[in-house]
Amino acid sequence: MELQAVLMAAGGGSRMMDLTYNTPKPLLPVGNKPLIWYPLNLLERVGFEEVIVITTKEVQKMISTDPKVKLDVKMKLDLVCIQEDADMGTADALRHIQQKVKTDVLVVSCDLITDAALHEVVDLFRAHNATLSMLMSKAHEFTETVPGQKGKKKTGEQRDFVGVDDTGKRLLFMANEADLDEGVVIRKSIMRKHPRMHIKTGLVDAHLYCLKKSVVDFLADNKSISSIRGELVPYLVRKQFSKSTNSPKVIDETHQNLKKNDSNVNLEIQISSRDEELLHLTQERSCWNDHRGDMSDAYHGGRLRCYVHIMDEGICYRVNTLAAYIEANRLAPKLFDEPAVHPSAVVSERCLIGADSIIGASCQISDKTSIKRSTIGVSTTVREKVKVTNSIIMHGVTIEEGCNIQGSVICSNAVIGRGADIKYCLVGSAQRIEPDAESTNEVIVGTDQLMEI
Amino acid sequence: NEGKELSKEEKQRLRKQKKQQKKQKERKNEKSETEKEKTPVSLLPPPRPVATQKAPSALPAPASAPIPVPASAPFHSSPAPSPADKPAKSKAELKAERRARQETDRAAKQPGSSSSGIKTKVPLSELNPVVKRLPEHVQVDDPAVVKRLAKKLERQQIPLRSDYGYKVSLFSHLHQYSRKAPLTQQLSIPSTVIHPSIVRLGLQYSQGIVAGSNARSVALLHAFKQVIRDYTTPPNEELSRDLVNKLKPYISFLNQCRPLSASMGNAIKYIKKEISNIPSQCKEEEAKTKLLTCIDRYIEEKIVLAAKAISKYAIEKISDGDVILVYGCSSLVNNILCEAFEKSRKFRVIVVDSRPRLEGREALRRLVQRGISCTYVLISALSYILPEVSKVFLGAHALLANGYVMSRVGTSQIALVARTFNVPVLVCCETYKFCEKVQTDSFVSNELDDPDDLMVTRKGKTQLENWQDVSSLGLLNLVYDVTPPDFVDLVITDLGMIPCTSVPVVLRVKNLDQ
Repeated sequence: MELQAVLMAAGGGSRMMDLTYNTPKPLLPVGNKPLIWYPLNLLERVGFEEVIVITTKEVQKMISTDPKVKLDVKMKLDLVCIQEDADMGTADALRHIQQKVKTDVLVVSCDLITDAALHEVVDLFRAHNATLSMLMSKAHEFTETVPGQKGKKKTGEQRDFVGVDDTGKRLLFMANEADLDEGVVIRKSIMRKHPRMHIKTGLVDAHLYCLKKSVVDFLADNKSISSIRGELVPYLVRKQFSKSTNSPKVIDETHQNLKKNDSNVNLEIQISSRDEELLHLTQERSCWNDHRGDMSDAYHGGRLRCYVHIMDEGICYRVNTLAAYIEANRLAPKLFDEPAVHPSAVVSERCLIGADSIIGASCQISDKTSIKRSTIGVSTTVREKVKVTNSIIMHGVTIEEGCNIQGSVICSNAVIGRGADIKYCLVGSAQRIEPDAESTNEVIVGTDQLMEI
Repeated sequence: NEGKELSKEEKQRLRKQKKQQKKQKERKNEKSETEKEKTPVSLLPPPRPVATQKAPSALPAPASAPIPVPASAPFHSSPAPSPADKPAKSKAELKAERRARQETDRAAKQPGSSSSGIKTKVPLSELNPVVKRLPEHVQVDDPAVVKRLAKKLERQQIPLRSDYGYKVSLFSHLHQYSRKAPLTQQLSIPSTVIHPSIVRLGLQYSQGIVAGSNARSVALLHAFKQVIRDYTTPPNEELSRDLVNKLKPYISFLNQCRPLSASMGNAIKYIKKEISNIPSQCKEEEAKTKLLTCIDRYIEEKIVLAAKAISKYAIEKISDGDVILVYGCSSLVNNILCEAFEKSRKFRVIVVDSRPRLEGREALRRLVQRGISCTYVLISALSYILPEVSKVFLGAHALLANGYVMSRVGTSQIALVARTFNVPVLVCCETYKFCEKVQTDSFVSNELDDPDDLMVTRKGKTQLENWQDVSSLGLLNLVYDVTPPDFVDLVITDLGMIPCTSVPVVLRVKNLDQ
């Protein structure tokens, strides 16, 4: 087996608590499919047959009991539960399943919606025998107005500095603004080996990583690393150029460190070190070099290499903020070819449904309604003379007559009273909006949720 | 004698008869194969050069021939449009017809639609000359051959790589792929049909990370070692037969990524032979370890030790004060020069390089790293620099059976100009690269690299960016060329220093050994 897929679905959605306090993030509906369906679909399309899904007990329960949460994926899902309150980072989760990991892993986050060609990332991993290979995308500005946001968006959000070499594939430098005190510090050894480095800031990290098995074993020994994105990746990128990884003596020591009591792992390391000479012979005889201009061998003799594939075009979103969630809902229909209006929805004839709207199963849309650029969830009832524009309506919502909903997000099981006028609002789960209410740019959630900080 | 008197129309009629009868025979072959095997052998006439030449030419040459004719044509249908329809067949014609039928029987007995990249030598009988068929990879402009290849790949579950861009007409019979469309696009991740180390190898070949004849062979054998380690014999199968069948799709895959080199072909032949020679009562673990040691020994003997032996011979030829010219990056020649330098010979090197690969830069780096003083020129400056040169050392990709040297494109130019300047040309080549192919020109069998490599960006402008839009423009990126033996003064091999024309002798000796 070449690669094992690991899907991280235990995240809490801390940046969009308004949406996730009732529904866990992996099950938020995007285009009437649970969010977790998108990465699973991506893996299935590419050809994976099994996925290890790390999730919480709540999500596991909902996946198995809730009929609305349809996961029509044909792959075998191996659900691993972790405690919700254990506050585990992604690296901690990988450490948790270390026994299940037998080969190199492909770690995907549950909030990734993309149509990227995965083979580009994996090809970098294979061809250069890399330790880490990841996917990034050029960030797109979000154009939709986000409900509940007062004033302009906060600029100066924590930026990521990503340094790549001339070919645009080798990852040389990665740091977050939060970790840098005064300025970007680049080691001289990097500059000596790669005199031309391009530093980019407007990139979205897709949180899709190909990691060698030895990295998972290394995590098992180093319990201080808890997040892949925040700590492991910058550590590996830095380690590429550290003197210790390049000298052969210390490599034996690290091999010792990586050895476990498991005899299989021992054998693998022995095998790889046995054939190292053949690989070395190949590299010696091959007339290829990844850089030119200095006297060093290919890869500067370094054994640890990190690569990145940066997508120029195509869809790549991480649904971890409200703005991203709304944007993803707009674009999600492009990723699958199901009909916009579900066949089981009861749609009366005298209503106007725009071409880019999605109507979920078992909906009831009454007369004289107009639905434009919106997503209507499963089992939602929309009464007469309702105008829904640019909105996201989740499952089980009831919208009484004469309402006007614009640019809003209505969470599941909410009830919007008659004649309400909702503009750019977020209505929390199971909330009731009084009839004839007028709300603009508000977040309407329950009082119990307000207590959470 | 009657055959030579056959008139033109009769020959045409015979040809058409043969064609139709061959199709009938192919269909009937499955049913009554044994019968046919007996009868034609007893009726074989003495060798007739005219007739036998017709049989093979009727098959591949007319491009439309192999396309199957509807099955309704009866066996004894007379040749349809024949100019002279003689009502009373003379004795000569009857004999000719019988002979024609025998030819088609013999032709039908050949493995008709078996498609293997390596030429199949089919010794029909000891009396008849050997019929050689063109390998598939040089018949890309023949749609029937392409269809056959596609079917074979489909059977092996390997994706077909499509050709890219306009091909220059002289080379339209060869494949031309684009590096930006790797074969892995059509494979599943993780790859289940093809072993992961083979996928990695294919990627490294197509992206040029592993380039150079020796490196490719070593990498191939390394990948085969992984395959053998991970192999388990399925129940009711024998390792010696099943493992060879397992390797076949991998080899097709690697061929699609980049056409196999002669050294790789020889290594594969060796491995297949070793696998089939495993006795059936051998236990699996034992067999696997045996194969792994065989592979290690092969690499050690044919590549590593051969390089040492060649260096030893070559160093005798390098004297102090020499100015040595090398071309491109040949691992063997670099090895020789480094060893010579270590044995404190005083010489300097001129590295000649050419676009688009510019491999000479890598050779330059390796030599300068050791401390050898080098000069670097492009091939266009060759005649300017040659008066300074005392010897030319060239590496080879393969040595052909007629003494021609197949090497990186540009080598024959260097040999030609060196000959005009009366500079000795020495080719260094290990014996495992000796190949039984015969080629006299660089057109028939070659490799076309990605044409986009010829595009170069200078000062921000890429002139050839839209070369595909210009209908009369074709970009040609050849990889190999052949040098005739009259330009080569000496071939240094691990068996010693031999003239170029002794290559068939070495091949014969090798075959006897095996």
